Amino acid sequence: MTTHNDVVEERRNFLYIATTTVGAVAVGAAAWPLVDQMNPSKDVLALSSIEVDLNAIPVGQSVVFLWRNNPIFIRHRTAEEIARAEADDTADDLIDPESDADRVQKPEWLIMSGVCTHLGCVPLDQQGEFGGWYCPCHGSHYDISGRIRKGPAPTNLPVMEYVFLDDTTVKIG
Amino acid sequence: MASENKFEPTNPAVKWVEDRLPIMGLIYSAVGAGYNVPRNLNYWWNFGVLAGFMMVVQIVTGIVLAMHYIPHIDLAFDSVQHIKRDVNYGWLIQAIHANGASMFFIAVYIHILRGFYFGSYKAPREILWFLGVIIYLIMMATGFMGYVLPWGQMSFWGAKVITNLFSAFDFIPIIGDGIVEWLWGGFAVDQPTLNRFYSLHYLLPFVLVGVVILHIWALHIPGSTNPLGIDAKGPHDKIPFHPYYTAKDAFGLGVFIMFFAAFVFYMPDFLGHPDNYIKANALVTPEHIVPEWYYLPFYAILRAIPDKLLGVVAMFSSILILFAMPWLDGARIRSMRFRPLSKFFFWLFVVNGLFLGYLGQIPTDQIVTMGIDALTFAQFATLFYFAYFIVIMPLVSRMETTKPVPVSIAAAVLDANKKKG
Repeated sequence: MTTHNDVVEERRNFLYIATTTVGAVAVGAAAWPLVDQMNPSKDVLALSSIEVDLNAIPVGQSVVFLWRNNPIFIRHRTAEEIARAEADDTADDLIDPESDADRVQKPEWLIMSGVCTHLGCVPLDQQGEFGGWYCPCHGSHYDISGRIRKGPAPTNLPVMEYVFLDDTTVKIG
Repeated sequence: MASENKFEPTNPAVKWVEDRLPIMGLIYSAVGAGYNVPRNLNYWWNFGVLAGFMMVVQIVTGIVLAMHYIPHIDLAFDSVQHIKRDVNYGWLIQAIHANGASMFFIAVYIHILRGFYFGSYKAPREILWFLGVIIYLIMMATGFMGYVLPWGQMSFWGAKVITNLFSAFDFIPIIGDGIVEWLWGGFAVDQPTLNRFYSLHYLLPFVLVGVVILHIWALHIPGSTNPLGIDAKGPHDKIPFHPYYTAKDAFGLGVFIMFFAAFVFYMPDFLGHPDNYIKANALVTPEHIVPEWYYLPFYAILRAIPDKLLGVVAMFSSILILFAMPWLDGARIRSMRFRPLSKFFFWLFVVNGLFLGYLGQIPTDQIVTMGIDALTFAQFATLFYFAYFIVIMPLVSRMETTKPVPVSIAAAVLDANKKKG
């Protein structure tokens, strides 16, 4: 039989759980803005694309641009470099296997991030054991397709989104 | 045990205050004549006070620098030069703060190794030890963020490499991918990063003060240990902190300040890096990135491991393992004076740590000696670092034959005095 005391106790338990739950949600809701304010702000997110004129880059040279305050590499590859990159598709020392064709839209233009995937340094052009890039910070070697071949970096230099607006203009981001 | 002698003021004004807020009694029993300390502490016991002194120096000079420094990517570098050239005594205050960080770490490293040698982490002082490790971690975070503020090349690239360490945790669901962007407030180390580092660099020292107060509180429960590692048994084993140890600490402090002043006045840039006199440039990575000297052994451990995630895990573990020391060391005797084998390995550990520091500041492919490169040496040194905690300490501490321990502090002291004649 349900007594008056049982009802009071049940009511008290209900109120206890309900107020604690509401309190916990409120604390979470109050803490979230304090955490989220550290994420990239809207003006930072707005600066998301740049246009690059490729006419200025001769064959066999790389140019470094800043995109979202990070370096990006644009390399005008020679026929020999393209052949080497494609030949290496089957190399057995690829740490993060990917074919050269998947990394470029036009084989002569290699466009990718210039941030080492290990700890964020800027790799040096035309250095290292694979004739591509070499990161001096902790010794990662990238090949002429920007693929990691040796060293502590876990992945290839990422290829970001880009579109060719015409033959000599590319929009990055 | 914390306060054997009671604070009984005779001055009526002091008594009036004390009855309403017993703050002078608190100080009296914490660092005054009311706190009794083992009578045989040597100069290695000075370094806690020296570290506390450096914390105060850093806070005072830091508050002053904050009055002139501008946390903006276009102005920060120049504002530091403005402090050094134009602000009255700015050159002095900046040099004290920049070198003070190193002095703080020197004092803390010796303080920690004092704890290793004399078994200060052992029961009943485990929580005291944990608080010390937490202090050390907060110091490392604070020192790192402070080094970013001048916005030179080493500031910028150091910030980039260290924040990128967290990208190793990108396998964690939901938060993993965005964690580095969250730290940066953007897609690279930039204005939001500098601004928040400045905010936190100002905040963390006060958090540090709070933890230091807990550290001292925890110290006063069992009281200080001592070079013999045996518990103080009675009044004949102890003397009041004031005037005995206030005098001893003051003498040590004088010597330490002379050492400090030699850097400030004669070689203010000796512990810095020339690349930090070049303004930050997001397009050019310095040829060779090195952290400040006090992080070098851990940086060497990071670089020694060819896998990114494992390297980061090893680096963090190399410090977090200190939390396990009270249990890794199973010896019944605290002080290594009576544990010859432990003592031998302790000094090997110290030499290994210095060697790791040396390896941390040269390129990994540089040949050190006999055709062996820095990377290979760093791998062996890292192996020894962890073996010291995981294999050597648990085994040696439980198996070694120890030397006889004196009956009491007083007996040992009197015996030593007798031998001296």
